Amino acid sequence: MKVLDEGVNPLFMDPDPDKARDFFRGKTRAMIDKRTTVKEAVEKYVHDGCYLAIGGFGANRIPNAIVHEIVRQRRKNLGFLGHTSTHDFQVLAAGKVFNRVDSAYIVGLEARGLSRNARRYMESGEVQVTEWSNYALAARLRAAANGVSFELTRSMLGTDTLKMSAAKVIECPFTGKKLVAVPALWPDVAAIHVHEADMYGNSVIRGISVADRELARASKRVIITTERLVNNAEIRNDPTATAIPFYMVDAVVEVPYGSYPGNMPYLYFSDEEHLGDWLKAEKDPDEFEKFLDYYIFSVTTFEDYLVRCGGLKRMEALQRLENLVDD
Amino acid sequence: MAPEYNMMELMICVASRYLEDGSSVAVGTGAPCAAAMLAQKTHSPNLVILFEAGGVAPLLPRMPISVGDSRTFYKAVMAAGMAEMMTTCARGQVDYAFLGGAQIDKYGNINSTCIGDYYKPKVRFPGSGGANDFASLCWRTMVMTVHEKARFVEKCDFITSPGFLTGDGAREEAGLPEGGPYKIITDLAVMGFDEETRAMMIESLHPGVDVEKVQSETGFELLVPAEIGRTEPPTEDELRILRDEVDPGRLVIGRA
Repeated sequence: MKVLDEGVNPLFMDPDPDKARDFFRGKTRAMIDKRTTVKEAVEKYVHDGCYLAIGGFGANRIPNAIVHEIVRQRRKNLGFLGHTSTHDFQVLAAGKVFNRVDSAYIVGLEARGLSRNARRYMESGEVQVTEWSNYALAARLRAAANGVSFELTRSMLGTDTLKMSAAKVIECPFTGKKLVAVPALWPDVAAIHVHEADMYGNSVIRGISVADRELARASKRVIITTERLVNNAEIRNDPTATAIPFYMVDAVVEVPYGSYPGNMPYLYFSDEEHLGDWLKAEKDPDEFEKFLDYYIFSVTTFEDYLVRCGGLKRMEALQRLENLVDD
Repeated sequence: MAPEYNMMELMICVASRYLEDGSSVAVGTGAPCAAAMLAQKTHSPNLVILFEAGGVAPLLPRMPISVGDSRTFYKAVMAAGMAEMMTTCARGQVDYAFLGGAQIDKYGNINSTCIGDYYKPKVRFPGSGGANDFASLCWRTMVMTVHEKARFVEKCDFITSPGFLTGDGAREEAGLPEGGPYKIITDLAVMGFDEETRAMMIESLHPGVDVEKVQSETGFELLVPAEIGRTEPPTEDELRILRDEVDPGRLVIGRA
């Protein structure tokens, strides 16, 4: 196949499907109890230097307990999949846990503004970046999920986004048209927050799935945090609802309000006040250090963080907001 | 007496008029979402609103904060995912998309990645997100932005999302499907693109604005046709629906 053009930035992960197959061959298919704690899940599956992906959509259905724990355990030199990562990126950048990023959307929090601290980190030269579009990254995960080495798209053509990617422009063998080949991406570990999961890892996502179906299928290790642990019978009563089957999953942790301060569809809305506090605290690096210490380093669990953010009373207010009940 | 309005309200009303009934539009949060909601509540009840994270045709109860928050699929017909939305664009089923960025050039190319050298950026912005996909794959893209010289530049520091690239024929040459920028709606004017050169052209001036004012806020030479239209100001109906139904919290339109 003729390569007509290609991006100049590094490809951080090997797109060889046979290497991925070798890994998955060794991964257990046993339906066993995978319940653990946030602390243990991160200790066991998120190692210095590994490539990490976070599910959800920035401040929507994010596994924030895992994100905090990665920072608390001071992981270093991670690779990171920045596909519309917003608050998750902000927290991980605060911990300086990554040194290379596949980026489609980073440093911003959509309409809320830009994270000054994440910007400082990205402008420091300490982090290698390769550019992509959101769909290009979803397609890379889908290629991996499909067990093939690349996926095709017509995005990115003619732009600097393509030039600063690691994609290749190829000629279609049928039509002669230009297509962009984006390489498969098998993250070492992904953390995904779901509505319900059983102890084996069978998981239900309500509402939009973003790229999490592909992500769970592409990732070598998958940590599930769930709002609610359910009995296996509940999964079997409605198998249509299962987004992620157990054999993809390595760890299951029950974390109620686990997407806080992000939105969890049908359960609670995002805490815009607290997200605003993050942006405010970042204005002054000394202030921000104290802020991080108060909310992440001086607490031992995510539940402690929730208490510091107003506890059950605050969570109930966010539930009302989600349900369109005005206070 | 003509009703009073602010520039954001004007821009939203103007943008909404381009979204014809029965078409589909991919929107972000803020002003584009307000324009789509207004169109739906006025002349385009069958406008299909799509959100890149997976929301399909929601009955938006209020303004979303994120393009992936639960409002974006409230009473939707489907809660899908990113790939479903972007492949819908790739198949040619999405008519319009709204884009934003730090810089836009005379061919409608957009920069939302960085200012300065890419490897040593003065400012790092978010990057493409879904914008490059929309700009590559939707039939027509629109931009709503304040009109200022630092934003309307001769050449973008970084082309994140494609407009007409270097002009006529360049999209085709790059391999992009048919499409490209359609209208640029600012607080001064509406710009379109010349059919031959694909360069940006003034189409209509907002009330009280002249060509000199628009040109003085633009970092490149705008094409000026022999006859320039006047932007129709918002009607009483548009303003009432915008203020009472679309954005009662005045999150986007502010306090007029």
